[in-house]
Amino acid sequence: MSNKKILTDGIIKNNPVFVLLLGMCPALGTTSSAVNGLAMGLATTLVLICSNVVISMLKNFIPDQVRIPGFVVVIATFVTLVQMCMEAYIPALYDSLGLFIPLIVVNCIVLGRAEAFAAKNGVFSSSLDGISIGLGFTLALTLLGMFREFLGTGKLFDFAIYPEQYGSLIFVLAPGAFIALGFLIAIVNKLKN
Amino acid sequence: MEYIIIFIAAVFVNNIVLAQFLGICPFLGVSKKIDTAVGMSAAVAFVMTIATLVTFLIQKFALDPFDLQFMQTISFILVIAALVQMVEIILKKVSPALYQALGVFLPLITTNCAILGVAILAIKKDYNLLTSLVFAVSSAIGFGLALVLFSGIREHLEFVRVPQGMRGTPIALITAGLLAMAFMGFSGIV
Repeated sequence: MSNKKILTDGIIKNNPVFVLLLGMCPALGTTSSAVNGLAMGLATTLVLICSNVVISMLKNFIPDQVRIPGFVVVIATFVTLVQMCMEAYIPALYDSLGLFIPLIVVNCIVLGRAEAFAAKNGVFSSSLDGISIGLGFTLALTLLGMFREFLGTGKLFDFAIYPEQYGSLIFVLAPGAFIALGFLIAIVNKLKN
Repeated sequence: MEYIIIFIAAVFVNNIVLAQFLGICPFLGVSKKIDTAVGMSAAVAFVMTIATLVTFLIQKFALDPFDLQFMQTISFILVIAALVQMVEIILKKVSPALYQALGVFLPLITTNCAILGVAILAIKKDYNLLTSLVFAVSSAIGFGLALVLFSGIREHLEFVRVPQGMRGTPIALITAGLLAMAFMGFSGIV
């Protein structure tokens, strides 16, 4: 597979949220605004790139039988690092993302890429794969966040587009997350055909 | 009284799936039939209760005394993974019938974020041993309730003519949204 193909595949053709339907929990839980979605996407991307690189380096040293626990330890290490950095430098964002930062550990995308790609490929292409899948995830979360923020509060990235009282608050609340994601996936399905 | 409030809050008001978005993968994945939904809920309830107890003890007796709180994520996930494996082995020996019923769902549970989520939430909310136990059991009941209700609706959805692009996941998500809206009616009772 060429490097260019690896880079573009994860963003559009194999978009983790819209096409592969992985990582739904953070996609629904952290997208009440575009900024939150973007931040969660970038945090996951960082973990994904680092874990992909390290796992592709360690793949010959980890015995096959204990590879899943081994991968989980590597991923959890980077999640803890990201968690501590966010808590120190961007505490406001850390508070609004809350529980979902430590839960990157159990995000199926990260473990899925470790198992499906990094454990079989070299360091360079694994890092490309991490970037590509990570950007795809970020794109999906930001889109969903923009959609919900715009319909719910009339803002985009905190800029007021139309007066807030005309927004329907339901899109910022839990039911709106499910409904918005449902419609976005339906639109992606339609575009694919 | 305190226990009743925790119970009602975890099952209805802050339902773990429909209000907190934990465990969406099994919620969408194994909700096509009521039977599998019940099996999954039972397996999750089993593991969630044990996992919350064990991680609570680890936090109080290993992480807190030695100031190792930053190891929380990594130690909890390892404990949960080991626990799931152990439960599987013990169940196979002790109760083959139960193992037959829950067996296929057990490996999936390690990456169910509801388990790790509830374990971390119990620590964050500063519960003691008994209240975290009540919290874990009621969260599991909330998960089961949402999953079984949802699978019941999905079974009927099979017979409905849905527009082409909405088939499968999109309509399931919108149904889940309506279910979440129904659960919002409980907000404010505690």
